[in-house]
Amino acid sequence: MKRVLLTLFFSLLCTHAAFAVAGSEKLADPRLEARAVALQKELRCVVCQGQSLDESNAPLAADLRHLIRVRIKSGDSDEQVEQYLVARYGDFILMKPPLEPLTYALWFGPLGILLIGGAAVALVIARARKRLDSAS
Amino acid sequence: MTGEIGQLALALAFALSAVMAIAGLAGARETASQSRAVASSAAIGMFVFVALAFGALMYAFVTSDFSVLNVAQNSHTAKPMIYKITGVWGSHEGSMLLWVFVLAIYSLFIVFAQRGSARLTSAALGVQGLLACAFLLFILFTSNPFLRLDPPPFEGAGLNPLLQDPGLAMHPPMLYIGYVGLSAAFSYAAAALITGEADAAWARAARPFMLLAWIALTLGITLGSWWAYYVLGWGGFWFWDPVENAALMPWLIATALLHSALATERTGAFRSWTLLLAILGFSLSLIGTFLVRSGVLSSVHAFASDPTRGVYILLMLVVAIGGALALFAWRAPQLQSGAAFEPVSKESALLLNNVLLSAAAATVFIGTLYPLLLDAMTGQKISVGPPYFAITFAPIFVVLILIAPFGPRLGWRNGDWRQALRVLMPALGIAVVAALAVLAIVTPRSLVAAMAFALGAWTISAAVIDLMKRGNIRALPIGAFASALAHLGLGVTLLGITGTTMWRSEALELLKPGQSMEIAGYTLRLEGVQLLQGPNYIAQHATIDVLSNGHRIAVMSPEKRAYPVEGQATADTAIRTTGFSDLYLALGDERGGGWVVRAYVSPLAPFIWFGGAFMALGGVAGLWGRLRPRRVAAATRLAAAE
Repeated sequence: MKRVLLTLFFSLLCTHAAFAVAGSEKLADPRLEARAVALQKELRCVVCQGQSLDESNAPLAADLRHLIRVRIKSGDSDEQVEQYLVARYGDFILMKPPLEPLTYALWFGPLGILLIGGAAVALVIARARKRLDSAS
Repeated sequence: MTGEIGQLALALAFALSAVMAIAGLAGARETASQSRAVASSAAIGMFVFVALAFGALMYAFVTSDFSVLNVAQNSHTAKPMIYKITGVWGSHEGSMLLWVFVLAIYSLFIVFAQRGSARLTSAALGVQGLLACAFLLFILFTSNPFLRLDPPPFEGAGLNPLLQDPGLAMHPPMLYIGYVGLSAAFSYAAAALITGEADAAWARAARPFMLLAWIALTLGITLGSWWAYYVLGWGGFWFWDPVENAALMPWLIATALLHSALATERTGAFRSWTLLLAILGFSLSLIGTFLVRSGVLSSVHAFASDPTRGVYILLMLVVAIGGALALFAWRAPQLQSGAAFEPVSKESALLLNNVLLSAAAATVFIGTLYPLLLDAMTGQKISVGPPYFAITFAPIFVVLILIAPFGPRLGWRNGDWRQALRVLMPALGIAVVAALAVLAIVTPRSLVAAMAFALGAWTISAAVIDLMKRGNIRALPIGAFASALAHLGLGVTLLGITGTTMWRSEALELLKPGQSMEIAGYTLRLEGVQLLQGPNYIAQHATIDVLSNGHRIAVMSPEKRAYPVEGQATADTAIRTTGFSDLYLALGDERGGGWVVRAYVSPLAPFIWFGGAFMALGGVAGLWGRLRPRRVAAATRLAAAE
């Protein structure tokens, strides 16, 4: 009885051990399975904080991993699987946010800062050079 | 009683911090030598009372005094003693007290080190006093760790099992020594703006604090990453989680600050920029504290439902950062650095380093805060995960690492890049050989992996060459090792990251006892899983034989631990390392008489943390070289006087 209770206890807890898809749940074709694994690394668990579907062990993540395999088996491309999930869970499920007007600042911000910084550095160097000339 | 003592000590510390702030700032005037004496005494007094409060809380934890709410919520009598002690900073309230405790220690350092002029020290103490004031007020009104519970419960609720780990026990103090250490750089920067003494002497005075903070941040981040690797159970070392990013941003800016201050110290160049970085570094520490402590990360709505703490920290953030930046905008234009140097020079290299590091920090900042901002403004939810940072952050860092070896080889004011390249030619050769070797040996062939590996080899060999060119290694002063060790560490970490992300093998199987699985030349055979009783947990303890070429080379035992008190479970991974590669096992669920076993072989994984240790060692060498000559100089002065 104690054993049964403990097993129940262990299985109910949200553990941090990884146990994505194992054994019979894997797709038989290793190429399709590799695609599924790659996909579940690019998609996030919508109930956990900052975990991908690959890492999460929430029941919903397990369902979604299964769903990915069902879609792949039925012949969906990677993009189609992603679109299928985005249609249901929104952009939130993508680890890589889409490029759209609302995320332009996110995607081009770093480049902009780098360019401004680069221009500032060029200016500072040019001025330092000029001072060197006027000093000598 | 201890609770009341702690409470009283906190209130007194608050009063003294106010005295310290006023007297310290007043002491910035030339004639106010009495104010300066008061500020120093107040700083010592504040330290004593904060230490007393901290000691009182620790005593309550050690004796399991559950009449203190914080202890009842975060401790348990069955917990091992070390986790009773570290439980002190396991909660929000306790960690804020640790924050102020570290701040008080730094204030004490400032008093006793007396680096820089008396006016500068006094103004720096004043700013530290303001910060202490704000944080003590925050603790007293929103996060009091000494609240009582009546009647006291018979048993405590326990500590989050994930925190019951030696790596994580040391992680918060280390990180806080770094976070708060940047407050000393911030205070010195503000003091320089107040007194107008932002010269090379200022940079020399503030540098040890910058170095100390940087070393602690480096170690704190390294420890945190190592902890995530072996505790979380999926073999990753960095997740671009907002909490990690909150520590990475100050580190990036602190690294830029160390480099920029180098120029300020040597030639007086980039004064205002160095001051700005000192302000930004600590501002990011504050923002990190806000992100982690206000609950805004888990969801914008959680923050909105209980905003007291968040709003207070936000207010403090605005006042501290806004105030410092306003001071900067007002006073910095009067600091004309007038630096003069050739486009090819150490100064230019340091500028380039600074712009890349700042852009990297800005990228992390945007990636971390954008989803929060977008959610708050439009209600649209997006996720910014590792793929984003791989596209934006990684290229910036690649350029940074590529040019890093040139910096130490260029002269001040006027450098010779041909000469530098000639000296570094062997490193370039090693890098090319490394890339070709990777392409030839490792399958599947990956150009990216080869380039990344070559970049690591380039940095490491260039650091070694740099050191050898400086003269006889045995005769070199310790300070000369600083940059070489730090750059070497960067290369080592890069090799580790390359190995782990590019060449990791991964296997996941459902095993019944007696069954086995294959991974990267190893055969793993599950012998069985037993139940074991730990001090405050029950473990499912797997026994797995590791076979190589049919011979048993090791027995590994990953566990799943259930903590009945806390109602949580953790994975205890089993890692077998050769120093060059890790075999990593994690135990998953039981399903139909079998167990899910996840295995990784991560080549070069330990290098990630070795590199961090090398970087920190470089910092220690720099600190040592900084403090030693002063003592030697003082001794010679003393000898001359006699």
